[in-house]
Amino acid sequence: MTKQRPIAIDIQKVVKRFGDFTALKEVSVSIGDNEFFTLLGPSGCGKTTLLRMIAGFEDVTAGAIFLYDQEIAKLPPNKRPINTVFQNYALFPTMSVLENVGFGLEMQGKSRAEARRQAGEMLELVQLSQFAHRKPSQLSGGQQQRVALARALAPKPRVLLLDEPLSALDMKLRKSMQLELKHIQRETGITFIFVTHDQEEALTMSDRIAVMSAGEVQQLGTARDIYENPRNMFVADFIGDTNLLEVSVDKIENGRATCHLGGGHELTCDPVAGVDTGARVHLSVRPERLFLSSEPEEVESLRGRVVENIFIGTDITTILDLGVGPQFRVRASNSDRGNLRVFEPGQNVFVNMERGAARLLVD
Amino acid sequence: MAGGAASGGNATSEAYAPARGWLLLPTWVVLGIVVLAPIVLMLIYSFLTKEFRGGVIWEFSVDAYDQFFFDRGLFGDDAPTIQWAYIQIFWRSIWQATLATIFCLLIGFPTAYFIATRPANQRTIWVFLITIPYWVNLLIRTVSMRFILRDQGPLNDLLQWTGIVAEPLTIINTNLGVQIGLFYSYLPFMVLPLYAAIERYNFSLSEAASDLYAPRHKILTRIVLPAVKPGLIAGCILVFVPSLGSFLAPDLLGGARNFMIGSLIDEQFRGSAGNWPFGAAASMILLTLVLLVLMVLARQQARLEKGAG
Amino acid sequence: MQTGAARFDFPGFKVLTFLCLFILYAPLLVVTVYSFNDSRSITTWGGFSLRWYVDVFTGPDSAKFQSAAFNSFSIALIAATVATAIATSAALAMVRGGRFKLRTATFGLISLPILVPEIVTAVAMLIFFNAIGFTRGYTSILIAHIAFCIPFAYLPISARMQGIEGVYEQAAMDLYAGRAQAFRRVLLPMMMPGIISGFLLAFIISLDDFIITNFVKGAGIETLPTAIFGSVKQGLRPNIMAISTMLLVFSTVIVTLSWLVSRIDRTK
Repeated sequence: MTKQRPIAIDIQKVVKRFGDFTALKEVSVSIGDNEFFTLLGPSGCGKTTLLRMIAGFEDVTAGAIFLYDQEIAKLPPNKRPINTVFQNYALFPTMSVLENVGFGLEMQGKSRAEARRQAGEMLELVQLSQFAHRKPSQLSGGQQQRVALARALAPKPRVLLLDEPLSALDMKLRKSMQLELKHIQRETGITFIFVTHDQEEALTMSDRIAVMSAGEVQQLGTARDIYENPRNMFVADFIGDTNLLEVSVDKIENGRATCHLGGGHELTCDPVAGVDTGARVHLSVRPERLFLSSEPEEVESLRGRVVENIFIGTDITTILDLGVGPQFRVRASNSDRGNLRVFEPGQNVFVNMERGAARLLVD
Repeated sequence: MAGGAASGGNATSEAYAPARGWLLLPTWVVLGIVVLAPIVLMLIYSFLTKEFRGGVIWEFSVDAYDQFFFDRGLFGDDAPTIQWAYIQIFWRSIWQATLATIFCLLIGFPTAYFIATRPANQRTIWVFLITIPYWVNLLIRTVSMRFILRDQGPLNDLLQWTGIVAEPLTIINTNLGVQIGLFYSYLPFMVLPLYAAIERYNFSLSEAASDLYAPRHKILTRIVLPAVKPGLIAGCILVFVPSLGSFLAPDLLGGARNFMIGSLIDEQFRGSAGNWPFGAAASMILLTLVLLVLMVLARQQARLEKGAG
Repeated sequence: MQTGAARFDFPGFKVLTFLCLFILYAPLLVVTVYSFNDSRSITTWGGFSLRWYVDVFTGPDSAKFQSAAFNSFSIALIAATVATAIATSAALAMVRGGRFKLRTATFGLISLPILVPEIVTAVAMLIFFNAIGFTRGYTSILIAHIAFCIPFAYLPISARMQGIEGVYEQAAMDLYAGRAQAFRRVLLPMMMPGIISGFLLAFIISLDDFIITNFVKGAGIETLPTAIFGSVKQGLRPNIMAISTMLLVFSTVIVTLSWLVSRIDRTK
């Protein structure tokens, strides 16, 4: 926990098995009150399973889940003050938009009239009042998404779960919905648990992110923390773009680790707990933390030959051959300053590395 | 997504698992007592002794099967000879049902293919047109056929008026009449499953084949037909099985000399000339035949599915 | 993707399709036309008339046909209703009941009336009612119809239910609905098109049935098909064509209804 806030959802050593297959291996995560928390990982990593267990759609094989200190693992979904925005919205096709939004309120025991009234208010909040009497199928994807959000928020849940709610939208709409979701979360003060496989989306929206893979949390932290200090190879590779180099650690002296990667290349970087002298490990360097020059400009530099330049609008990525290991990528922004650092294929150049750009990975 | 892809389906499909015994109870009771038990009882009846004036005497006997297959009985004084009369009726039924299946396929496939290649909005109307006769009372359809095919019926009027024939053609009470009746009765049963299969077929496969220099007829035989084979088999089952046991077409269009299994069985339960154990035995033989056909085709179907997967 | 499909059409197939429709409709149209024939003979055309329709309701056979129609429609209505209820309950267990030991066997049992030739089912039921000493009549017909209507109601209902993702019920439960409320408010309305199709199909199948009815009905009671069959055996008379035309129109109306139900559903 970064601040002193109460814990909304406390997941303690939760295990989920489907027959012989273990989907989650003893996962423990604490999600704070009023937090925008994201479960991020590739498909099959167990993030959706974890979300469905919080919602109550899957039973817990072992472990416990607490909602504000109340154990909820045994409660059916309709007894949990937790609502879900489903991946394909799951709007009831036989009901109007207003009936959809009022459904949860009605099921909580409110009169039909009262449910309609509050649903109407909710629709105003998401600016869909004029569509109240339409059927969900008569709305666009973006509008359906808002209805799903309004429906899940209407009963004022203590925690809102969002299962890849933006994956069906096109890029532009997705970007604006990301900001809107973040805004609504701040406004309502409800804890959001968001599931996505899109790392950019996770970085944009989240207070904290749990990166998951193979049924385990690989790293938990803020967006910046995870991007800048990936703990292992999986996280470094999954979040953003990176160069992974196999190196051996020669010595650790005065708070610097000296590594070499064959071909006469040598680098120093910050040591990491768990990596000792003589270890063969991976080293991660983000392409945007590097720049090219015809003469070495930083203490840390490698020699290489330009293979190709790839123009992608905002940036230019240069692919280099270091004579050893896999090809190396360097990114320069498409600006006057950045363009000075672009060289023609075949040219021999120096790859300069800012101090602290290279990071050793535990595994 | 994620783990949910594997788990989500399971969790939802089991929502009613705790109550499934109660939910299935009415089905088990009604179908168990009114359909399954009677079939078992029929098997027992086929091994009982016949009572004159209908019904049975509860005494074990294989007379019914004996009478079906052998002349003068297997246990008589003379050497038994095969009784061809009933086997012939079965053979005629199988032959008629096979022919009906082939004819339905010959006209049903092009129809289904044509409909499936229309634009989506036109397709529903074509299917609707095929569906109407499918739902119209089979008896009425057979009676209409009898009306048309009569010696003095509209078909003969037309043929004589155009000068194709001088004397009216006799179609009613012939094998041809029965064949026309079977074909007409079950034609929609062939078109609909075939259409469903061809509609699901992905025509970009045809485009790929055509891109690789295949002419249209080769695309049909090499690409389309193998892909829609499950629908083909379903259509053939839906025509062959009811044709085999059909009663109305042979009775109303065939007459006494063109008996099929259905009429033979029916006769055993009409009035005092009937023979219930014999009727039950003939039904059992028909049922066995149908189950054999279904098993062979189901195995073929299963092999296709395995090959696809 | 499908718009390009027409390029793989064969010119002859269009002709065969029209031939197919001609074959299917010509006999029905001819009978419809001749049902308006003023002549007593079915062979010669005597001008347009409604006399045979009048004859059906007031003629010498009218009492027989009226009671047959009452039997047919009342049996079809009750049998289709009961079969639809049983089939819906079965579909819930089969589609949303998970895996269980008797699943395949139950599916086989449900398919039995479709797989077994009708004449065999008819014989078996006759033997059954006879063996348990059940007097054949209205009730035996009704029981038989309920049984063989179950698979016909089951197929569209289970197909529809398979098409409904479980996530809708989950969403309902997530929004505080209990199991019963999730069924009544969410699943049932979504299944309605399937249930209506199943009911209509069962209704038509019951109304249509001749063979099984003929075996289990016993003496002294007729349904429309058995009454028509009995009359046809004595010779084709124009009043039969009038009845046939009315039934034909009725079936067409039912199919159209069922078609419209499926279309309404698509726009949802």
